[in-house]
Amino acid sequence: MNELAPPRQILDQDWRRVLQFGGLCALALVFIALIGMPVQLDTRILIRRHLSLGYLSLIWIPIIMGYLVSKELVLEGIISAKKGPRDLLTGALTGMIGGAGLSLLAVLINNYNLRDPLLNWSPQTLEQLNFGNGIGFGIGIWLLIGAALGIFGSALHVLPALTAKAVGTALLAVILVSILETAITDLLQGFRLTFVTDSLYAKRGGLSVVSTIVLIVFVMLVTVLAAGQGEALREKYDALDEPKRKSTNLTLSFTGVIILLLLPLFLGKIMNELLANVGLFVLLALGLNIVVGLAGILDLGYVAFFAVGGYTTAVLTSPNSPWISPELHFGIVILIVIVAAAIVGLAVGAPVIRMRGDYLAIVTLGFGEIIRLLFLSDWLAPYFGGAQGITNIPPVDLGFAEVKGSDPRSVFYLVIFFCAVAIYVSWRLQGSRLGRAWMAIREDEKVAEAMGINTVNAKLMAFVVGAILASFSGAVFAAKVGSIFPSSFLILVSIIILVVVIVGGMGNITGVIVGAVVLIGVLGGPKQPGLLQELGTFKLLIYGALLIFMMLKRPEGLVPNARRSHELHQEEFLQDAWLKGIVDDDDEEEVTA
Amino acid sequence: MTDPTAPTPEADQSPDKGTALLEFRKVNTHYGAVHILKDVDLAIYPGELVCLLGGNASGKSTTLKTLLGMVTPTSGDVVLDGEIVNDKPISYRVERGITMVPENRRLFKRLSVLENLQLGAYLRSDKDGIAADMQHIFELFPRVEERLGQKAGTLSGGEQQMVAIGRALMSRPRVLLMDEPSMGLAPALVQVNFELIQQIHEDGMAIFMVEQNANMALSIADRGWVIQTGRVVLDDTADVLLVHPELRASYLGGHDER
Repeated sequence: MNELAPPRQILDQDWRRVLQFGGLCALALVFIALIGMPVQLDTRILIRRHLSLGYLSLIWIPIIMGYLVSKELVLEGIISAKKGPRDLLTGALTGMIGGAGLSLLAVLINNYNLRDPLLNWSPQTLEQLNFGNGIGFGIGIWLLIGAALGIFGSALHVLPALTAKAVGTALLAVILVSILETAITDLLQGFRLTFVTDSLYAKRGGLSVVSTIVLIVFVMLVTVLAAGQGEALREKYDALDEPKRKSTNLTLSFTGVIILLLLPLFLGKIMNELLANVGLFVLLALGLNIVVGLAGILDLGYVAFFAVGGYTTAVLTSPNSPWISPELHFGIVILIVIVAAAIVGLAVGAPVIRMRGDYLAIVTLGFGEIIRLLFLSDWLAPYFGGAQGITNIPPVDLGFAEVKGSDPRSVFYLVIFFCAVAIYVSWRLQGSRLGRAWMAIREDEKVAEAMGINTVNAKLMAFVVGAILASFSGAVFAAKVGSIFPSSFLILVSIIILVVVIVGGMGNITGVIVGAVVLIGVLGGPKQPGLLQELGTFKLLIYGALLIFMMLKRPEGLVPNARRSHELHQEEFLQDAWLKGIVDDDDEEEVTA
Repeated sequence: MTDPTAPTPEADQSPDKGTALLEFRKVNTHYGAVHILKDVDLAIYPGELVCLLGGNASGKSTTLKTLLGMVTPTSGDVVLDGEIVNDKPISYRVERGITMVPENRRLFKRLSVLENLQLGAYLRSDKDGIAADMQHIFELFPRVEERLGQKAGTLSGGEQQMVAIGRALMSRPRVLLMDEPSMGLAPALVQVNFELIQQIHEDGMAIFMVEQNANMALSIADRGWVIQTGRVVLDDTADVLLVHPELRASYLGGHDER
C-alpha cells in the first residue's frame, strides 16, 4: 500500500470528477450565500479585520471539496498514484468552479432583482461578496479565492503526512480558539489568567493577526513534536493486561469526574448556564436513548414526559399554582414526579406500543402534541394555567444550598446528580435481562417473542423508564426557569433530542453524552443558546445537515462502541468490515457454500 | 439415515409410547375469515424426530405458530404434556419446553453470539443450569465458543446455524420446533445442517421439523405428516413415506431434488 506509482501527468485529469465536485462546491456556496449566512454571521469576528464567521461559512466549502476531490480510496493490492501537481490542479479547478458559482451569483444579483422569493438577493449580500470593492473585483476575487482554497485542500494530500497533519491541526485550532472565544475567555478568567485572553483576543472580539500567527506556529510545533506520541500511548494502553487497564480506566474516569465537578467553580455565569442546559439535555438524551437506542421504539413525542415532569413540579411547589398548591419540598416532589411520569408513560405507551415502526412514530408524534395542547387548553387552564402557565416556582432548597435559576452553578450540580443517576440506570439496564430483551426486540421483534419475551411489557417498561428520566429533566427545568409555559414543550424539543441521540450514537451511553455536549453546547438547544449564539436561526439547518450526514456516513454515531472494537481481534475485525458490505443490511441470508 | 430396527410408532394410535409431549386435537385456525388449518391432529412423542411436509401455503408455518402460541386456534385443542394450552402465552409454553428455531435462523445480528445465547435462556433464572447448558453447547459446537464475542451477523452461514440451534437449546427445551431448516442455505450447508439436527436428535431431543425438502427431511425423520391446503393427508413412518407413490409424485420427484 505504501508503494507509489509515478505521478500522473498534470493534465491527466478525471474531468468528470472535477466538474462534479466543482459543481457541488458552487451549489453549496450559492446556497449558503442565498440563505444569508455570510451576511448575518458577519458580525461575529474570528480574526480581527480578516475573517468573520460569515466568511468562514463560505470558505470551508472549497477547502473540503478540494480535499475530497483529490482523495482516492486506497485499495489493498493496487498501487495508488503519487500525489503531485496534478492533484493541486484538480483542487484548484474544483475550487475555481465553486468560486465561479459565487461570481455568477454576484453578477446576477447586480443585474436582476429576485428579492421577492429570495430574501437575501440583496445589496448587502452583493456587498459582502464584493468585499465592498465593486462587482468586477468581486467576480475576480472569488475565482482566485476558490482556486487558492481548493489548492490548499488538495495540498493536504501532496504535503508530507506530518506537515499536512500539522497544517490541518493548526487550521482547526485557529477556528476552534476563535469560535470558542466566549468559553475560553470565561474559563481563563476563572483561573485568573486574563493576561492570556488579553493577548490572544483583540479588544472587540476575535483573534488578532499576531496571536493567530503565534497560535499557528505553536500548534504546528506541538503537532510535529508530539507526533507518534499518541499512537505510542495507545499502544502502551493496549499492551496493559486486564486488571491494569481497568485501574487505568478507573483513574482516568475518576479524574474526569473530579475535573467536571470542579470546573463550574471556575466558570462564569454564562458558561455555567450553558453547562446546566447541556446537562438537562444529556438527561433527556439518556432517557430517549433507552427508548430509541435500546428498545428500538421510535418515540417522536418524547417532550411530553419532559412536560409532565415540569408541570408536576410546578403544580406541587409553586404558590401560584391555580389548582392545588401544597408547596411541597422538591425531594418529595421528585417522588411524585416519578409516579406521574410512570403513569403517563403507561397511558401513552399502552395504546401505541402494539404498533410498529413508522406507525408508532407518527402516533407518538401526535401524543406529544396532544399533551402540550392539553396544557395549553382552556379546558385544563384552571389546573395548569393554560397559556399563562405556572409562575413563581420556588428554588430547590437542599438544606445546605439553594438551587435556583439565577445561580446556574447550583442548577448544574443538581443536573449532574440526576445525570449520574441516569447514567447508572442506563448502564445497569444495558447489561441486564431487561436490557437484553430490549435489544432483542430492537433486532427482531418476532423472534424475541418466540424466545418467550413478553414484548408488550418490555416495550412498556422502556417507555416508562424513558419517561421517568425525561421527567427528572423537566422537574429541574421547572425549578431552574422558575416558571413553566406550554411553549417550552414544542415538538422541536423531541426532534432535537432525537438528533442528539442519533448523532451521538444510538444505544451508546458515552456517545449520547458526547452528542448532547457537542450539539447542545456548541449549537444550542431549541431555545437555549449555545456557544455559537450567532447562528440563531441557522441552528436548525445545521442540525438537519448533521443528521443527514451522520445517517449517510457514520450511522454508528460520533463515538463508536470502543468496548466492542476492543473485544474483536484484528482478524475478526477485518472479517466484520468485509461482511458489512454483504450481510449487514440484508434481510435475506447470503448463501455461503 | 433412519435406523430400520428402531421401533416405528404408528402415529397417534400407539398407546405404548405413553402420553404425547405435544398434541393437536382437531385444531382449526383462521386468519381473518380464511380457514387455514382444518381439523388437524398431530402428536409428538418424547425423543422422536418428526417432520411436516407440504407445499407453499399448505399451512406448515401456521401449524408451527399455533404450536408455539403465536396463533390461537379457533377450535380444537393444543395439548402440552396433557394440559390444554390454547390460551397460554408463548412464554408459558417456552418455559414448559417448546422452543422454535425460526426460518432463516434470524439471529439477533447486531448482538454478540453470547447475547444471542443468553436470550435463548431468557425465561430461566437458574444461573448454574444456564452455565452448564452453555458449556454443553460449546461441546456440541466448539466454533460457537470461539466466536462468543463476535456479532452474530458477521458469522458464516454454518456458524449462524449453530448459534441458532444453540440459542434454542439454551431454553432447555423438550421439543424443538424447526421452521424450514434448509431454507436459504447452500446445498453443502443443508447437509451440515441436517447433520446438526440429527446430532441433537441423537442426544434425545424431540424435534418437530417443517420442511419443503422432503427427501432430506424424511431421510433423518422417524415419522412424517403431509399437509395439503390445511388438511393432513398422509401420516406414516418416514420409511413408508419415502417410497409412497403419491408423495413421490407430488413432492419427492422421481429422483433427489438436489
